[in-house]
Amino acid sequence: MHRSSSYGLSGASIRLLLTAGLCMLAAVMYAAPGEKEESFDVGQFVFEHIQDAHSWHICKIGGKDIAIPLPVLVYSKQTGWHAFMSSRLREGAEWKGFFIEEEGDEAGKLLERLPDGSTHRPGLDLSITKNVCAIFISIALLLAIFLSMARVCAGRRGKAPKGLQNMMETVILFIRDEVAIPSIGKEKYEAYMPYLLTIFFFILVNNLMGLLPIFPGGANVTGNIAVTLSLALFTFLMTNIKSTKTYWKDIVNTPGAPVWLKLPIPIMPVVEIIGIFTKPFVLMVRLFANITAGHMVIMTFFSLIFVFGIIRAWLGFAVASVSIAFTIFMTFLELLVAFIQAYVFTALSAVYFGMSAIEEETH
Amino acid sequence: MDLVTPDLGLLFWMLVSFSVVFFILKKFAWPVILRSLKEREESIDQALHEAEKAREEVANLQSDSQRVLQEVQQQRDDMLKETRRIKESLLEEARQQAAEERRKMLAETADLIANEKAAASDELKREMAAHAVAIARMLLKKELTGDQAQQTLIDTYLKDLDLQS
Repeated sequence: MHRSSSYGLSGASIRLLLTAGLCMLAAVMYAAPGEKEESFDVGQFVFEHIQDAHSWHICKIGGKDIAIPLPVLVYSKQTGWHAFMSSRLREGAEWKGFFIEEEGDEAGKLLERLPDGSTHRPGLDLSITKNVCAIFISIALLLAIFLSMARVCAGRRGKAPKGLQNMMETVILFIRDEVAIPSIGKEKYEAYMPYLLTIFFFILVNNLMGLLPIFPGGANVTGNIAVTLSLALFTFLMTNIKSTKTYWKDIVNTPGAPVWLKLPIPIMPVVEIIGIFTKPFVLMVRLFANITAGHMVIMTFFSLIFVFGIIRAWLGFAVASVSIAFTIFMTFLELLVAFIQAYVFTALSAVYFGMSAIEEETH
Repeated sequence: MDLVTPDLGLLFWMLVSFSVVFFILKKFAWPVILRSLKEREESIDQALHEAEKAREEVANLQSDSQRVLQEVQQQRDDMLKETRRIKESLLEEARQQAAEERRKMLAETADLIANEKAAASDELKREMAAHAVAIARMLLKKELTGDQAQQTLIDTYLKDLDLQS
């Protein structure tokens, strides 16, 4: 009950703010172009931030991009493996037949130019992109925090917790006592605890890092569909690998459902089997949409400053105060969302685990 | 739309890196942390349990001492009662003994008196008889000197006197 209400509230407010943000975005996009030669493309500004990139853009000084170059690791069906730094591809430059598309549907993507002049996506692009780099940073942070905490725990056996250990223990106890035990049950929760804690802190750290405006934060990791897809995939695998016989029996022969729903047309089993896939799918979409929406709204408010600043400089400063106030508010909201989404993903995973770990005598 | 198309490269790195972090934390961090939490919980639980037990023991001790105190008091009361009873019985015995003694003494005295009285009366009779005889002898000396008949008469009377006493 608690879970659904807290989620519903945040979902509603997010939707409201997203709608407001998109309305402003649309208004600005119609109003802005054509006034001057130098115009500010809000859509591009926002999507550049939200999407993955081959370099970590920090700022633009005097028309020159300041960005951290990242390694490109790419496989071409024609020329095999290639590894080089993305600084080679700066401002549309081409290197070994690869370049970064600047316009169109594939803007920002790495493309390969074939000898005949046609371009296409290379066979496999395993580049360390901005998001991959951000994931590595988050992982380093996670490992540093929890390995040091484990060492402290081992060293301070039987003593009162201290500092970071104390803070993290509160969260870990929350996951154990409020998420894992009520959803999975006292007998089986222990096997799932490492996974639940890992996804919770992984999502939380990435959410929070995403809220930092500048390197090493600011990447939209948990708002990337590939990331949420893999997290959902892990939950899917955990759910089904550790499932019991009863769980599968209940899917094929749903208890409590009338017989005509199972025979002769197996409606219920089909629905249940679809449900196996929709559950993690919902997890994937929810996290992606919430985090992306938050980033979009914040970036849109920021872009207002530049949109008005290009029309008249003083107008930009006037709008800036309002925009910054709104952005601060949004950032606080996003801080809340960062925790709530990490919690929701973990709690729902725990619920799915609880369903699949069901035993005959418990129902 | 590009936003909802998962990028293969990112997917690959994400799967690899999440698996690695999951494996490392599962192996080296979570068991230690969770165990320490559990141990602490158990030790607190145990400490609370022991405190409860100690409190119970103190309460037991208190009720024990209360009981002992009551017993001692009871014993003291019993002893006092017993003493009082012994005293009473001793007194009673003494009283009875004294009464017996007195009764015996009285009886003895009475016997003594009776004997003395008998002896005295015997003495008195004898003396009176002697006096009487003396008087009589004096009388008779005057009137019955040598008169056998009178002597016989006197003897008869004497005998009567003897029998009566």
